Amino acid sequence: MERIPTREACARTLVELGRENPDVVVFEADIAKSTKTLYFAKEFPDRFFEMGIAEQNMLGAAAGMATTGKLPFVSTYAVFASMRACEQIRTFICYPNLNVKIVASHGGLTPGNDGPTHQAIEDLAIMRSIPNMTVLMPADAVATRSLVRSAAQMHGPVYVRLTRDPVPVIYPEDTVFSIGKAVEFRPGSDVTLIAIGDMVAWAAEAAEELAKEGISARVLDMHTLKPLDKEAVVKAAQETGALVTVEDHNIYGGLGSAVAEVVAEECLVPLKRVGIPDTFAESGEYELLLEKYGLGIKDIKRAAEAALSKKVS
Amino acid sequence: MTADENLVQRLEARARQIRVDVLKMIHAANSGHPGGSLSAADIVTTLYFHELRIDPLNPKWPDRDRFILSKGHACPVWYACLAERGFFPVETLATLRRIDGILQGHPDMKKTPGLDMTTGSLGQGLSCGVGMALGGKLAKKDFRVYVLLGDGELDEGQVWEAAMAAAKYKLDNLVAIVDYNRLQVDGFVDQVMPLDPLSAKWKAFNWHVLEINGHDIAQILRALSEARATANWPTCIIAHTVKGKGVSFMENKAEWHGMAPDDAQLEQALAELGVK
Repeated sequence: MERIPTREACARTLVELGRENPDVVVFEADIAKSTKTLYFAKEFPDRFFEMGIAEQNMLGAAAGMATTGKLPFVSTYAVFASMRACEQIRTFICYPNLNVKIVASHGGLTPGNDGPTHQAIEDLAIMRSIPNMTVLMPADAVATRSLVRSAAQMHGPVYVRLTRDPVPVIYPEDTVFSIGKAVEFRPGSDVTLIAIGDMVAWAAEAAEELAKEGISARVLDMHTLKPLDKEAVVKAAQETGALVTVEDHNIYGGLGSAVAEVVAEECLVPLKRVGIPDTFAESGEYELLLEKYGLGIKDIKRAAEAALSKKVS
Repeated sequence: MTADENLVQRLEARARQIRVDVLKMIHAANSGHPGGSLSAADIVTTLYFHELRIDPLNPKWPDRDRFILSKGHACPVWYACLAERGFFPVETLATLRRIDGILQGHPDMKKTPGLDMTTGSLGQGLSCGVGMALGGKLAKKDFRVYVLLGDGELDEGQVWEAAMAAAKYKLDNLVAIVDYNRLQVDGFVDQVMPLDPLSAKWKAFNWHVLEINGHDIAQILRALSEARATANWPTCIIAHTVKGKGVSFMENKAEWHGMAPDDAQLEQALAELGVK
């Protein structure tokens, strides 16, 4: 299966958008080579703003630029967007509901060997808690293209979380995704694995393993963390009776928490959350980190079995 | 009297009225920030009644000049100027900080006509100004962007990030005005976090720098005019001011940063401003 980092897919989509819409501009904080926004910089040097290692000013400038009718995409690592410039996003972009899109590369543990200073394991929780913010994490390059294009079309702030590492392309080319509408990636009737980002492919592998044991696991791609597709969660709870969430994020505050909120209020069924167990990780290869911190295929499988065992039939 | 003298006198009279509005609205709300509103009154009045290209009937006019009050707590002076300029009725000023009102405790561009940017968390307005000025250049529009900063908020590193970016992009359509009243919440700037030599700092960041008396309208007018005539570099006007200017018992007192006058204090303040 072809593997492409979603940061790469996003950067190529920004070039497409730049060609289609002269109002599209890109802000970058000295990591254009890494986030790949240099593609945009090469084609549209006048609409590319290199702001240096100064994320707070960059987000503030993007807010100001948005008031003049331009459509700024702000690019940096997820850890810096969500924390170094958190208040700038909250007070100067979300509060006035300005049309700024934040494309945050290196989400979750994907910065791997760079270690915890560069790993963003809190960003989804932070961004989810800010009013007016839409939070997305596409599962692959196809989803990235579609969701970034949708983000450009809607008004208001959007946070798009991307990966450093290549992730398998799991969707047919030109599949269209709607913000706020989860995708049933794989049908199943015994349990639903609700996953976000590159964890969708990971959950699908776990579902394969479960199938070998006669367990039919549905996989739901929750590419939009906010607004969460509550209907899809309720439907999965009603139809499969047990849920597992899978995310490359701290166990607190992200997808697992969001789904738990819906489950607790709307459709009590057993729920197990797979995520980083409230700890800083370490330097290392991405997939090995996933294994070590409880996000391996076997961990997902075990969580599914645990949820199933608590199922009231 | 020359035309210039006439203009200065008219603006001085306007600024007196703005000070009266500021004190009355903070008294009515029983909370707000008089000190920094009064220190900035002559500057903001000169901007709104002479300098800015704006249309109160069309607050979102794309070609308008922009003003950002980075020191958002001083919004009473902004609200007073907008109301006196006709963006909304002057009577609205009495609803400052009231629930369901349009005049929030700190500026909210979604609620108040004429506000170009939401502010209130310090040290961030200049970045927004950089983005607006860049947007103007990109769209080949000739509007100008004015950002009023407090001296205390210059403690924030983001201000200097913005200063660097403005110089990099040669934003000669951007003017930063520092309301240098030398007081912040915990006391004198010199004690809380010294800023001097302030002019040298901005010059080192490649800004065109002017120093003026921020209560001398003729000097404010000349500085704004020089900023307009300056090509290639952003201009910083360091305006030496007095916190609480115009009300004897508020002048140079840190405690009047965020306190409302009571009935007797309001009466005395208005009397000092020549209102019976």
